Amino acid sequence: MDYLVNVAIVISIQAIAACGLNVIVGYAGQISLGHAAFFGIGAYASAMLTTKAGLTFWGALPLVLLIAAILGFLLGLPSLRVKEDFLAITTIGINFIVEAVFLYTPFFGKALGIGGIPRIYVFGQRLNNQMLLGLCLFFLALTLLICWRFTRTWAGLSCFAVRENETAASSMGISPVRAKLSAFVIGTVFAGLAGALYAHYVRFISAGDFGFPVSISMMSMVVLGGMGTLWGPLLGAVILGILPEVFRPLIDYRMFLYSLLLLLMIRFQPGGLLGEHSFVRTAFRGLTGKEKGGVAGV
Amino acid sequence: MSPVSDVILSVKNLSVHFGGLKAVDDVSFEMSRGEILGLIGPNGAGKTTCFNAISGVYNPTLGDVVLDGRRTNGTPPHGMAALGVGRTFQIVHPFTGLSVRDNVIVPLGGARYRGNFLRSFGSWRDKKIAAEAEKILDTVGLLDQADRKAGLLPIGNLRRLEIARALALRPRLLLLDESFSGLRHAEIAQIEALVRGIRAGGVAVLLIEHNMKVAMTLSDRVVVLDHGRKLAEGLPDDVSSNPDVIEAYLGKGESGRVA
Repeated sequence: MDYLVNVAIVISIQAIAACGLNVIVGYAGQISLGHAAFFGIGAYASAMLTTKAGLTFWGALPLVLLIAAILGFLLGLPSLRVKEDFLAITTIGINFIVEAVFLYTPFFGKALGIGGIPRIYVFGQRLNNQMLLGLCLFFLALTLLICWRFTRTWAGLSCFAVRENETAASSMGISPVRAKLSAFVIGTVFAGLAGALYAHYVRFISAGDFGFPVSISMMSMVVLGGMGTLWGPLLGAVILGILPEVFRPLIDYRMFLYSLLLLLMIRFQPGGLLGEHSFVRTAFRGLTGKEKGGVAGV
Repeated sequence: MSPVSDVILSVKNLSVHFGGLKAVDDVSFEMSRGEILGLIGPNGAGKTTCFNAISGVYNPTLGDVVLDGRRTNGTPPHGMAALGVGRTFQIVHPFTGLSVRDNVIVPLGGARYRGNFLRSFGSWRDKKIAAEAEKILDTVGLLDQADRKAGLLPIGNLRRLEIARALALRPRLLLLDESFSGLRHAEIAQIEALVRGIRAGGVAVLLIEHNMKVAMTLSDRVVVLDHGRKLAEGLPDDVSSNPDVIEAYLGKGESGRVA
């Protein structure tokens, strides 16, 4: 039972981060292969603020989100001026730099990482794993709600427009940089939130937890579930979270399997499992017999 | 014709160079409110480059673009849209995944939340704006297609959609880049009527057109470009009998035959 709870906590934390990545990749159409950097920034920020500055998780959280937003803005501003493959490489670079900062600066504990991160208290009650799962699910629900809401806002619509056609969007009065940056900052804030939850769940973090492979696995979740769909990243996180548990013997081949999965998805179901023309949706439509029109790729 | 004081756009000694290539070279012309000006010339004459310089895609290498008395060099495309310059593209650029209605809501929203960060987090799904979009779609004859995905439209309707989106900016100046190409005769007549209607509302229309019949019947005046330079300017009839223009289109020695 406790084992299942642990798996569920990890999945819901990753789902929050993946939802954030989906805002950047799915809604605004900007590839980011450095999402784990912001996951790490959230984790380290919360860890430092609680262990060194003596704040509680709840006292630190607003600061953590603010730090994630500011760093997302500062790192996004130069990155989002380049496009497509250049953007992919730039974001990979960000991931390696951030990881290196955690790994080599004494302030962040170097290779030893940061330990002794306190547990989360709610109303003076120390959360056990079941309660922590509840908290993670609460934040996941909040994340999904905000993502859904974002697709209904003007900022969301301008992101769709930029994703669909940047030239046309700019000739229609939309600043592409502003649209992309707003998506990027929202995405990094969710990554920061996920990072903070992660830090207080494992209670010991080190730079390796936020490396490039983590970015790839987050991207895999989004692509598998369906870029630009609301539920896709959650579905992707659940599948990719459960698979390694079921196929324990294959754990060493995980990156290989992820890559294979990504290739197969891009080749045969580029829209992801919940994408517009996916076999899942087609089957669902066949069952219900009604057109479930996705609006604006949502 | 409107008086000269009613100038909406003035292009002064405009040059756009790409390295050694002078795509547009020292071109000047003016447009009045409610005027339809045809920009014509053979392939590669610099018409679209000229459009891009006016709409902010390119920054002029030399010279100025002056909109309503204000120099706009260096203003990005979304800034030009905010100043009331709507444009269409020669190669249509629909938001393929969005519905036709949402395609028009994009520019409507741009105007609505511009300069207001908080408002950009308000909902775009309100009935008022949808009704506004539908009114514009009705003007261009696309209302019955409002719920279709833009990517599914045939070329004629995509050209209408381009115009609808530009109109949603409530432009002072409308730039139409080959909005008639690929259309059937009946459609051409409809779009011609549409452009006349837009002009009647006081909007200046600058159009690039390859179809000479359309360009000559629709335009109040035409400017002819060739190899990036202005070759001629004047009333359609005068320009079409200008030997230089005929030579640019048909080559040397043909001028006598056509005239």
